[in-house]
Amino acid sequence: MLSKQEKQQIEAKVHHYPNKRALSLEALKIVQEHRGWVTDEGIADVAEALQLRPAELEGVATFYNMIFRKPVGKHVILLCDSVSCWIMGYERLREHLTTRLGVGLGETSVDQQFTLLPNVCLGACDHAPVMMIDNAHYQDLDAGKIDEILAMYR
Amino acid sequence: METPLTNNISPGKEPADLRQYENAGGYAAVRKALRLAPAEVMAIVEESNLRGRGGAGFPTAKKWSFVPMGDDAPRPKYLICNADEMEPGTFKDRLLLEGDPHQLIEGMIISAYTVQADVAYIFLRWAYKLAAERLESALAEAYRQGYLGKNILGSEYSLELHLHVSAGRYICGEETALLNALEGKRANPRAKPPYPQVSGLWGKPTVVNSVETLCNVPHIVNRGAAWFKNLSRSADGGTKLYGVSGRVKKPGLWELPMGTPIREILEEHAGGMQGGYRFRGLLPGGASTNFVVADQLDVAMDFDSMQVAGSRLGTGAMIILDDKTCPVGMLLNLEHFFAQESCGWCTPCWSGLSWIEQILQGLEEGSGQSSDLERLQSHARLLGPGHTFCALAPGAAEPLQSGLKHFGDDFHRHIREKRCPWR
Ligand SMILES: NC(=O)C1=CN([C@@H]2O[C@H](COP(=O)(O)OP(=O)(O)OC[C@H]3O[C@@H](n4cnc5c(N)ncnc54)[C@H](O)[C@@H]3O)[C@@H](O)[C@H]2O)C=CC1
Ligand SMILES: Cc1cc2nc3c(=O)[nH]c(=O)nc-3n(C[C@H](O)[C@H](O)[C@H](O)COP(=O)(O)O)c2cc1C
Ligand code: SF4
Ligand code: FES
Repeated sequence: MLSKQEKQQIEAKVHHYPNKRALSLEALKIVQEHRGWVTDEGIADVAEALQLRPAELEGVATFYNMIFRKPVGKHVILLCDSVSCWIMGYERLREHLTTRLGVGLGETSVDQQFTLLPNVCLGACDHAPVMMIDNAHYQDLDAGKIDEILAMYR
Repeated sequence: METPLTNNISPGKEPADLRQYENAGGYAAVRKALRLAPAEVMAIVEESNLRGRGGAGFPTAKKWSFVPMGDDAPRPKYLICNADEMEPGTFKDRLLLEGDPHQLIEGMIISAYTVQADVAYIFLRWAYKLAAERLESALAEAYRQGYLGKNILGSEYSLELHLHVSAGRYICGEETALLNALEGKRANPRAKPPYPQVSGLWGKPTVVNSVETLCNVPHIVNRGAAWFKNLSRSADGGTKLYGVSGRVKKPGLWELPMGTPIREILEEHAGGMQGGYRFRGLLPGGASTNFVVADQLDVAMDFDSMQVAGSRLGTGAMIILDDKTCPVGMLLNLEHFFAQESCGWCTPCWSGLSWIEQILQGLEEGSGQSSDLERLQSHARLLGPGHTFCALAPGAAEPLQSGLKHFGDDFHRHIREKRCPWR
């Protein structure tokens, strides 16, 4: 079941669209915000609220990379692997992050603190290399800077 | 030199709030437009020769002219701002969104009025969190002040404008995939024609314009078509946001006259190459444009000149390849991006791109053969225009085929030496 808060947040957007299907992504994002990721139960709850078939909503959910259908850590790190960041040292940073966190790309650290995901261009290419943690951009990165940033989240 | 798009923007600072924006002359263009007939506003924009800044350069007024008008037109009609910016190397719309949200909103109101749209959306990429926050607060201000909603500024015209934050995937920026995403579906592109102007969002007439295009509109309406054309150094009117990333001294983003030559942007604005690095080539307008090499640097960065030079203006975001970076590795990175972001609808795209990625991987690792180059060429041809539903595949073919052409020697070295010489 959707929580009261989830329901309210979804309701607040209803007037933006002429039908409920258009709320699919918004509703999934709201559920994800509250539950960390979108469980099968989350899919079922949203499908019921929007009067969609769960399989249909599942097909939508899996298309978009920012809908997490697997558990993620407390913080999600998006490391830009697109061309400008690649030129400016993406591979070294990836090595550094995977060693520091003890995880590969797409994995979550044992302490459940961080999930490390590669991501397409984050729109700060003049300050490459770039990553995001949760909602914040970090740019002009090097190994030292990454360590300082990670420390802020521990 | 005038810089209308970035006049109010000081990077790193809060954007102008409504009061400050109005004090700087903001929303005057909305007042002016509402006193004119939609066709009169259209005529000004047409006269200005504004061409779409989303990459394809389609004339904006011409696009608007396909929208059915009058009492018999299907309703509601929609205007969408494409703020999905995900083209690798491109970071221009982000500045406009974060730096001056009211400028975009004003441009949208005028554009929506011109095609008599009833509802408008800003389709914003997920990662632009700060932009989302600032747009939300600017929208609330604009509604409070009567610039949005019922009977704008006491006129007959009403417009609802909503922010829609997407959930990822590059393909959502393709305008018909965007329509499906906004409808809450998988973002596969739709066949064109019909173009969205006739049958778009929920089958209704819809205009999709990019952020930078829409931000130009208030200035054109305020200052006139002749002024706008004069900003430019070429036949296409206005200024352009040009970006440079890679091993230059001062990577960045500048608003310059449309048609500024590549060399001037690279040397005067980006400060030339960093010490110890030599220029080898560049992608002039994002990942999906053909490489430009040293003897083409005097070309003007505008739509027609770049086309004549065998590339495209695209997004105007230059990505620099230097001599310490492997061109084969760079192409592998680019084609990996396109393969990953293919929506999977057309065979030459999803299947072709994963083959291309594999072949490039082999070449980069030193297990490639000469026949691989021909295979890459023929895949690039299959990705070309006309074989697929949307322009993602032709876009992926551009750096590949031009890279094979300009960096053939580097490919041969990988094959001969059975390794990447840069590693
Ligand atoms: N800004 C970004 O992040 C990105 C930009 N791009 C750019 O996108 C471009 C490709 O975009 P497309 O929309 O596929 O190009 P397109 O040439 O099909 O269309 C461009 C615009 O003109 C309109 N149009 C074109 N022909 C028309 C006709 N006959 N009648 C009515 N309207 C017409 C379309 O509706 C569209 O809005 C590339 O040039 C690429 O550089 C690509 C990826 C990302
Ligand atoms: C794969 C793909 C991705 C695109 N992404 C964007 C984008 O993020 N932003 C954008 O403005 N146009 C993007 N476009 C171009 C749009 O389809 C469309 O041409 C543009 O939004 C029209 O705006 P304009 O007339 O202002 O140029 C993309 C095109 C393709 C093929
Ligand atoms: S060209 Fe590629 S991205 Fe475009 S519709 Fe076909 S499969 Fe999808
Ligand atoms: S390529 Fe990494 S932010 Fe653009």
